Amino acid sequence: MLRVNGIDVFYGDLHALRNVSFEVHPKEIISMVGSNGAGKSTTLMTLSGILKSKVGEVFFNDHPIHLCSSSQIVAMGVVQVPEGRQLFPSLTVLENLEMGARFSKAKKAKKKTMEWVFQLFPRLQERRYQLAGTLSGGEQQMLAIGRGLMSCPTLMMLDEPSLGLSPILVKTIFDIIKEINEQGTTILLVEQNIFHSLTLSHRGYVLENGSIAMSGTGQELLKNQHIRQSYLGL
Amino acid sequence: MDLNLVLQLATSGFLLGGVYSLIALGLSLIFGVMKVINFAHGAMLVWGMYIAFTLMNWTGIDPFFSFVASAGGLFVLGYFIQRTVVNRIMTFHEAMQVIAMVGVMMILENMAQLIWGPDPHSPHTRYSLSTIWLGSVMIDIPRLFAFLLAILMAAAVFVFLKYTDIGKSIRASADNRIGALIVGTNVNRVYAVCFGVGAACVGAAGSLLVPLMPISPHTGFPFKLTSFAIVILGGMGSLPGAMIGGLIIGVAESVGSVFIPSSLKQIISFGIMILILLLRPQGLFGGKGS
Repeated sequence: MLRVNGIDVFYGDLHALRNVSFEVHPKEIISMVGSNGAGKSTTLMTLSGILKSKVGEVFFNDHPIHLCSSSQIVAMGVVQVPEGRQLFPSLTVLENLEMGARFSKAKKAKKKTMEWVFQLFPRLQERRYQLAGTLSGGEQQMLAIGRGLMSCPTLMMLDEPSLGLSPILVKTIFDIIKEINEQGTTILLVEQNIFHSLTLSHRGYVLENGSIAMSGTGQELLKNQHIRQSYLGL
Repeated sequence: MDLNLVLQLATSGFLLGGVYSLIALGLSLIFGVMKVINFAHGAMLVWGMYIAFTLMNWTGIDPFFSFVASAGGLFVLGYFIQRTVVNRIMTFHEAMQVIAMVGVMMILENMAQLIWGPDPHSPHTRYSLSTIWLGSVMIDIPRLFAFLLAILMAAAVFVFLKYTDIGKSIRASADNRIGALIVGTNVNRVYAVCFGVGAACVGAAGSLLVPLMPISPHTGFPFKLTSFAIVILGGMGSLPGAMIGGLIIGVAESVGSVFIPSSLKQIISFGIMILILLLRPQGLFGGKGS
């Protein structure tokens, strides 16, 4: 479904990604784990078309999306829920959700998708006329995921959805990611919360210093000695 | 001091302030979304005036109707300028943006001079000198109309931003550019429409000023400076701030002419601007650090 073929990305002179390749198959949950600054968010921003790779290719259902604009990529169903949520604080919850559904397909399904989003996150329905900037951290994360769902994604990429949330909320968010996946959406999950995300995922990739260092099924990676020592402290 | 005189000046300043508000609204909208200061704002005002003036000469349409045409014309001009110039300089250093925008200003001003000539025109309308009395206060009919239509136009802009899809996208892009890109907003189009709407505001304002004052290619300059002061008073990028700030500056300039010669009236607006920068640099309605 998604095939990333040796991409290199630079921030000015900084070589952020080196020859990164990986694949995501339909209906999978894929984790990309790694420490701060390993290049996880850079990878997602490149897939979304907001950063451009210098070399390499990205294919989504055999379309070369590294040549497309960010709006075309969203319209094709590759949708990101970014780190730090990137909501619109002075718009209401409802308006934030509407901003997710601007493309023909998503626009037609808007009413139905919104019902589903409110079913997943009843809190958002209660607060739909409130400004997004006044929501708590957990509610903002729910809104960011809801806004992503409004775009009717076939591949949803979530960047650190558990960051800064209480343990109970982290569990809620991961449960919901699982539910979204069971409804047929492929998930690419970027996380520092390695234990939770690898447990949930079918497969995982480990990113270190801008390159893929390891890959395998979630269980394999969790048993790996290097990962247990460097990331889980076991 | 004659209280009646103050009331009279305050009223007439308040009415002109409505037009100031509309001018500043356009400037603030452009700044709030693109973080670019439109130095061509005064030149755009003049273009709005000349469009209304030309329509009046050719077809006899009153400027208080043709403000719609001025707004439309300036929307197209603004959209074009955003696409050709502003879009290329948005990520540049402010100093470089200033140079490009002053360049646009000079081109527009000199084109106006080339087309309509350097001499001032003072078109006469049927109601130029008509007035009504409100108690002991005399109200200029042209000023009253200009005020009402300016507020109407501003209200239309607020409705546009609040309820239309593209208006929501403009607010979203102003709020969070990365967020707008993430949801797949075509930000280039949003920015161009936004610049167009900002230009339409000032174009309409130009048209509304035609019955009030002579037109020349350089009429816009003092208005531009005043609208900078208004935007700083109200808070950079704050649209309600631009509206309230316009009314405050309008009244202050007018009432101030009791104390200083009216040729020095800009001392008032710049004095207010300096005070605001010293005491509340984010402006009356500005958020922290924005």
